[in-house]
Amino acid sequence: MLAELLGFPPQVLFGQLLLGLINGAFYAVLSLGLAVIFGLLNIVNFAHGALYMLGAFASYFLLVVLGIGYWGALILAPVMVGSAGILIERFLLRRLSGIDHLYGLLLTFGLAIVIEGLFVKLYGASGIPYPTPEALKGGVNLGFMFLPWYRGWVVVAALAVCLFTWWLFERTRIGAYLRAGTENPRLLQAFGVNVPLLTTLAYGYGVALAGFAGVLAAPITQVNPLMGSNLIIVVFAVVVIGGMGSIMGAVVTGIAMGVIEGLTKVFWPEASATVIFAVMAVVLILRPAGLFGRTA
Amino acid sequence: MKIIRILAAGVSALAMTIGTAQADISDGAVKIGVMTDMAAVYADLAGQGAVIAAQMAVEDFGGSVAGAPIELVTADHQNKADIAANLAREWFENDKVDALAELVTTSVALAVFEVAKQQNKIALVSGAASSPLTNDKCIPTGIHYTYNTRALAVGTGSAVVKEGGDSWYFLTADYAFGEALQRDVANVVKAEGGAVLGTSKHPFPSSDFSSFVLQAQASGAKVVGLANAGADTTNAIKAANEFGLVAGGQTIAALLTFITDVHALGLETAQGIQLTTGFYWDLNDETRAWSKRFNERAGAMPTMVQAGVYSSVTHYLKAIEATGSDDTDTILAWMRENPVDDFFAKNGVIRSDGRMVHDMYLARVKSPSESKGAWDYYEIIRTIPGEEAYGPLSESTCPTK
Repeated sequence: MLAELLGFPPQVLFGQLLLGLINGAFYAVLSLGLAVIFGLLNIVNFAHGALYMLGAFASYFLLVVLGIGYWGALILAPVMVGSAGILIERFLLRRLSGIDHLYGLLLTFGLAIVIEGLFVKLYGASGIPYPTPEALKGGVNLGFMFLPWYRGWVVVAALAVCLFTWWLFERTRIGAYLRAGTENPRLLQAFGVNVPLLTTLAYGYGVALAGFAGVLAAPITQVNPLMGSNLIIVVFAVVVIGGMGSIMGAVVTGIAMGVIEGLTKVFWPEASATVIFAVMAVVLILRPAGLFGRTA
Repeated sequence: MKIIRILAAGVSALAMTIGTAQADISDGAVKIGVMTDMAAVYADLAGQGAVIAAQMAVEDFGGSVAGAPIELVTADHQNKADIAANLAREWFENDKVDALAELVTTSVALAVFEVAKQQNKIALVSGAASSPLTNDKCIPTGIHYTYNTRALAVGTGSAVVKEGGDSWYFLTADYAFGEALQRDVANVVKAEGGAVLGTSKHPFPSSDFSSFVLQAQASGAKVVGLANAGADTTNAIKAANEFGLVAGGQTIAALLTFITDVHALGLETAQGIQLTTGFYWDLNDETRAWSKRFNERAGAMPTMVQAGVYSSVTHYLKAIEATGSDDTDTILAWMRENPVDDFFAKNGVIRSDGRMVHDMYLARVKSPSESKGAWDYYEIIRTIPGEEAYGPLSESTCPTK
């Protein structure tokens, strides 16, 4: 009905909705990582795109150097990227705690440029192919579109990780500590909780989420040094729309923005790169704290 | 004391001879500016490799021309027209740059053309593709050297139509180059009796092509033409494979494919792609010899853009050597009068509209079993004579031709 009103056959519309959902799943995992980091460390992590790229490269290295395939990489690559994140937090970001957000932003932005520049220098800008795992090759004809098994898997895996993260932060003792740490770190420290360790782990976890998304993306796009810089600005817009630091907001907004972008690609493809920023502008005017953000 | 006087006389005499030799070289040096994409989507097909090609040209010339040293300056234009135009102006006005080379990305080349025209300086375009550069957007001092969208259309476009691909859907990069390529190919398709069913213009650059692939599938066109380049092309081909576009009976025509794209995709994915190129490393002994030297320095075989940079810079230097001058009009006249005859082109002719007319090649990407070694990617199907690829000068709409 709606599809006919808009002048497109329903098949096309269903297909685009599903694709939007798939891309939205990526936005959700990436913006979730950003939301966790901002929520607990008050850092606008501009290195997120570069770390997402590192996740893809980690799975490539695991395959080429150690012969570890996709399924192993799905666990190991986020651990590797998360460890890199812990080092970044411990040796760089911690020095900036307590001063203006802007410094953290500048540091992570600079880090992103350095990391990406280094990888372009070493591996070129065209990217390296990464094979789709054997079990997920091919696809299924849904009638309105051909769905590659791999893309279906991406949605399942991404949503599972989002759900786990939500559970971890909202329903466990560690999550309660972390949330308490953002409210009043001194008081928490007084209760004998090691707050600096907690923040380090939180940054590591947020970054590991980016690495996880990188592994998911590797078989779809090339393993490309620039894959993160193409995505990071959109993901930031998603976080702003959802509300900085809101976990559920990041997930729901990520998926919704994927769908909106997907539909724009049908009706007005040239605008598909800008539509999310238009939504962001409107949200900032009407609800400056974001759709799910709590106003201070 | 006497010795010093003799020495001084000798030195001043020497200085005078150098002075005469350099009389017509302004500022005592020939300075060439290589402006390219060093770090983004087109960095592999041009980028550092283009800089290396220019360096090789200078070194092979002996580092000096007509008694004056040759200097090379390089910069990253980031595919942004405003950055490129400002840089070109700065180079011409403050840094005494005599000519620009490479200039990938059509929007960049167009912006630099404006500056080069005002300053009456030579622009040797290798990377940018759009045919308007030697048609309605031409400038008297511009040379479009390596290939253009019309040649790609004549090569790949007409080959695909002749094989029965008579209905087309385009995935087009949403900027001047994509539009020019689509227009030139659509003209060929229509002239051969085919039809264009639709177009999706995608943002430049794009990483996710699944949505556009789905629209192309829904169009029912026999051929999906990719009017884009570099990483956009490889991403589109990957998405098309993943979503079963080829398995569903449609053909992909990757209208601008560089050897670096094939390398990035791997032969498993890229096999069977038909493409038009101005250069391939494995054509003959000369191309193999030069490409081997290039590969040793760049770590990859040259694209046509990089080989074109070497050839265009060399032809420019030959003009200075022959005329003993770096005056723009004198050099342009020499470059047009004398054919390009090197490993890159045989009997290439630079026309008054700026087009360098040389033979092009229609190639097919080999399957993994056909490929005998590293970079053995193309089978040359046909040589397209320069006149056919670029059309006669009478067809050019360049006002100053």
